[in-house]
Amino acid sequence: MNPDQARELMRKVLRPIAPEADLNNVLANERIQEALDLDSVDFLEFVTGLSAATGLEMPERDYAQLSTVEGCIDYLTSPH
Amino acid sequence: MGDFTMPSLGADMLAGKVTQWLVKPGDRVHRGDIVAVVQTDKSDIEVEIFEDGTMGEILVPAGDRVSVGTVLAHVNGEASEFRGPVEISGETAALGPSSLTAVPQFEPGATSIAPSPPQPRLEAVATSVRASLHPGLVESPLVRSLAERLGVEVSTMVGSGVGGVITRRDVEHASNARVRPSSSPLARRMATELGIELSSLIGTGPHGAIIERDVGREQREPPPETPPIESDIRERRLAMQRAVGALMARSKREVPHYYLTATIDLSRATSWLDEANRSRPPATRLLMAALYFRATALAVKHVPEMNGLYVGETFTASERVHLGVAISQRTGGLIAPAIHDVDQISLEEVMVRTRDLVRRARNGVLRASEMSDPTLTVTNLGDLGVDSVFGVIYPPQVALVGFGRVREQPWAKDGLLTVRPCVIASLSGDHRVSDGMRGARFLSEIDRLLQEPESL
Repeated sequence: MNPDQARELMRKVLRPIAPEADLNNVLANERIQEALDLDSVDFLEFVTGLSAATGLEMPERDYAQLSTVEGCIDYLTSPH
Repeated sequence: MGDFTMPSLGADMLAGKVTQWLVKPGDRVHRGDIVAVVQTDKSDIEVEIFEDGTMGEILVPAGDRVSVGTVLAHVNGEASEFRGPVEISGETAALGPSSLTAVPQFEPGATSIAPSPPQPRLEAVATSVRASLHPGLVESPLVRSLAERLGVEVSTMVGSGVGGVITRRDVEHASNARVRPSSSPLARRMATELGIELSSLIGTGPHGAIIERDVGREQREPPPETPPIESDIRERRLAMQRAVGALMARSKREVPHYYLTATIDLSRATSWLDEANRSRPPATRLLMAALYFRATALAVKHVPEMNGLYVGETFTASERVHLGVAISQRTGGLIAPAIHDVDQISLEEVMVRTRDLVRRARNGVLRASEMSDPTLTVTNLGDLGVDSVFGVIYPPQVALVGFGRVREQPWAKDGLLTVRPCVIASLSGDHRVSDGMRGARFLSEIDRLLQEPESL
């Protein structure tokens, strides 16, 4: 997966969770959860969606990395 | 014959607009069927019917806005299904047993108390739970290999086994169904009329059969990528703010609130959760909120005066615990639909239902019973970074439990100073029904339960 695909995947996963959210308005190092007003249920849905699409397990200890746009892209584009 | 009336979907609702009828005169309906979609100031609600019978004349066409209690349609019920007293008249008609109205209003003049929720509601709940179970649960290697052999895609299937586990029969059934999807005759007719391909639908009926509501859902699904009109959103937001405002003003005017807080040590709960989630994929992970919900629902056993409705100067404790869960709609506004029977279901089930409820709340489709049933509300503002919340009680409920953020803090115990994750739990109580002593008992019971996360 390349960075563009990773970003597109994030966008696709976020759509049903936060239909009004625009990932373009989130800075690369900003926390997604705060920038888009996601609660813990929403964030879990986000991780669930990414995990389902990639087959990655995404344990809770990786949540910190998944919390920003750039961290997420790194995570999705690097081999696991 | 029964009347199907505009339900009261929350104490703040005075009127609603029928946006869609999913049935027409002459259609057979069963209790729990979703027959109409009603738009309130807050969201679109699927309204269930609680009577078996045949739809009679539809009196309020789609598009009309009418006040709560207005007869929307006649239902010709089966004789054996007819329940309740006959002398229902005037304002109280809306509270009659054959109507859908569940939350009694305590407006001046309405002196009667609503009947206890009709039993059939259980069935409607069961259906909705089944539909919200997580797909793809295969436990038996035999079943998995059978699915592979038959080329059945199990990842999107919800099984008929306990907890939605996929059984051998489900796989065989799905294999046969690819030829022709199993569906009810009514669903088939609706699909034909609407030009919807049955095989493109996900069935929520018995053994995954496609039933009318699946077709209805498909039809209502807005086409993707159509951005909502800006002015509509603004108008909706204003209407919702007004509705919430009116209810909260009434609460502050009529309910003598008292407030208590307790700082709860969550070290056991957090480490138990970490451990429990380690072996779970994201789809079945648990959140602290689910522990809060279970602990609150179980604490009610010891302090029943926190759970129930205050109507016409009288408090009636509820036998069942339908927990209202405050969900922010982000575009503005707050709703608190119910998770039913939280004291009776497992933590996993609470989690599944919470996720399902949040998902549907965000996308604007909730069920009537969810909007009207809460007997006690929990709000969890921890994600927003506040330490604690002093909530306003939703009339006619009599208590609201709030949780702030989980944060590490110094904790002195037995003369030793340590650092522990803690949360401030708060209680807003109604002084007409309980007092600080009972409230304190309630919060300490919640604390005690959160110290035994494995028992939740």
